[in-house]
Amino acid sequence: MLDGAKTDTLLDVSNIEVIYNHVILVLKGVSLSVPKGGIVALLGGNGAGKTTTLKAISNLLHSERGEVTKGRILYKGEPIADLNPSTLVKMGVIQVMEGRHCFQHLTVEENLLTGAYTRKSAKETAEDLELVYTYFPRLKERRKSQAGYTSGGEQQMCAIGRALMSRPETILLDEPSMGLAPQLVEQIFEIVKRLNEEQGVTFLLAEQNTNVALRYAHYGYILESGRVVMDGPAKDLRENPDVKEFYLGMSDKGRKSFRDVRSYRRRKRWLS
Amino acid sequence: MDPVVLNTLEVILNGLMAGVMYSLVALGFVLIFKASGIFNYAQGVMALFAALTLVGLQTGQVPFAHLINAIFGTQLHHFGWELPSILAILGSMAVMILFAFLVERYILKHLVNQEPIILFMATIGLAFFMEGFGDLMWGADIKKLDVGLPQGGSFWLEEQTAGWASEGSDYYGMYIDVLDVWATMIAVALVVALTLFSQYTKTGRALRAVADDHQAALSVGISLRAIWVIVWAIAGFVALVAGIMWGAKLGVQFSLSLIALKALPVLMLGGFTSIPGAIVGGLIIGVGEKLFEFAIGPMIGGATENWFAYMLALLFLVFRPQGLFGDKIIERV
Repeated sequence: MLDGAKTDTLLDVSNIEVIYNHVILVLKGVSLSVPKGGIVALLGGNGAGKTTTLKAISNLLHSERGEVTKGRILYKGEPIADLNPSTLVKMGVIQVMEGRHCFQHLTVEENLLTGAYTRKSAKETAEDLELVYTYFPRLKERRKSQAGYTSGGEQQMCAIGRALMSRPETILLDEPSMGLAPQLVEQIFEIVKRLNEEQGVTFLLAEQNTNVALRYAHYGYILESGRVVMDGPAKDLRENPDVKEFYLGMSDKGRKSFRDVRSYRRRKRWLS
Repeated sequence: MDPVVLNTLEVILNGLMAGVMYSLVALGFVLIFKASGIFNYAQGVMALFAALTLVGLQTGQVPFAHLINAIFGTQLHHFGWELPSILAILGSMAVMILFAFLVERYILKHLVNQEPIILFMATIGLAFFMEGFGDLMWGADIKKLDVGLPQGGSFWLEEQTAGWASEGSDYYGMYIDVLDVWATMIAVALVVALTLFSQYTKTGRALRAVADDHQAALSVGISLRAIWVIVWAIAGFVALVAGIMWGAKLGVQFSLSLIALKALPVLMLGGFTSIPGAIVGGLIIGVGEKLFEFAIGPMIGGATENWFAYMLALLFLVFRPQGLFGDKIIERV
């Protein structure tokens, strides 16, 4: 699994450019591929283009006045750039948005049930609900409370659970760690890993928390100002000196103290 | 019983039923506001248009007769047949569903993700357009609407209550308009149906989800365009019911669209996002203005019904801006 290229590719993004509002060029040629059954991490700082990449794939860009102007996005070999989000959900690609976006005034259970909107069978929906509750027992306890009143961690679980209700093949997970305590982040990623192994769900996740993401992902892409600047199996990225220094805060001498950082001592090689 | 008590009772009953009539109009606003955050200025005109269509279909009017006559020099006005009320109501409903489609297709679709104020202005434009279009289609004259609902005072109730007064007092029984009683029953049925629909059906849940978070609704595969058509069609249906009730009371004419103004204070009281709120708000305003006029009106020269509702709404805006039942804005710190 570590060398993703050998397994069949589920999602293939090649050289896409995204422009917001007809003027702002956000992605300047991003290419990536996600193998079936893989966990692929999209890393990078604020404004690197992680969220935009995910939204370009899930086609949520249109409602934000963004547009894919170049390149192509293939899912199982089919172009998906012109489909609307609901068709994509039916095809098995669903996005969990950054910042959770639970339906605040609906109960947790109602939130989960809206996830099954594209599904027809009531019986399957009931089964899926039970399945989601086995992965997130906490949600079962809070099923009758309004989602707006649950904690950040519970809302993240609710958002992931809601996506699961559509029986997805691929989940695009945007910043699952946002605003959560380290222990909870670990819990969420543990569940992502289990879903991947037990249910065969493929994940493409955008993360700022490089450390956690690289421990759970199989493969990683590093984005910087709208370009992929480095990619490789997660294990290699973890060992890469540049990644260590710029994203993991480690140098050859172990953990770096902020006192020592006067300027970038070593230029990032990829920025010429 | 003392006639004063009986009079007060009569005022309260009439107030409650007047309130239901306000609620009917307010309901249409709430539905659209909840689902799309749009304050639909055209709701009153939609009621007028629905009522015009109903009368037009019922009496077999030729649509756009004036326009056709002006261009071709013909003398068209009626087809010469009359539709039974029930068919005319169904026909009007079909027209309102078509209207919902057109609004989505030609207005809302192009304004996705715009500021609420822009959508609001679009509905103002829509209101003016509909007003003119309704006149052009069905003519601007005042029409009588009769779908067979009974109207006028109930003699039975007058006789029953006349005996309640204490001996020798000058009391002739209560006056209650039967149409108001019907309106109340229909409104109750409508609200029960809408509540059940939004709480217990998949589409209803999707409607509430869209009301909460457009983006998230899109991301789970709910089609916003379909939802908007559904919401506007339901609002059109509510407008039709309001149009029938108010049209039967006042006649179908331009001023029917102004009933929307009475719905505003109802919404401020009940909250823009709550269906029960629209009902309770309407009842409070109905009873409030009738009682105020009855008890305090004579002391200050009367005609308080014109401003009482707005004053009450103002007080609410100051002390409880989300209204009685409006969604509390949930904010996590």
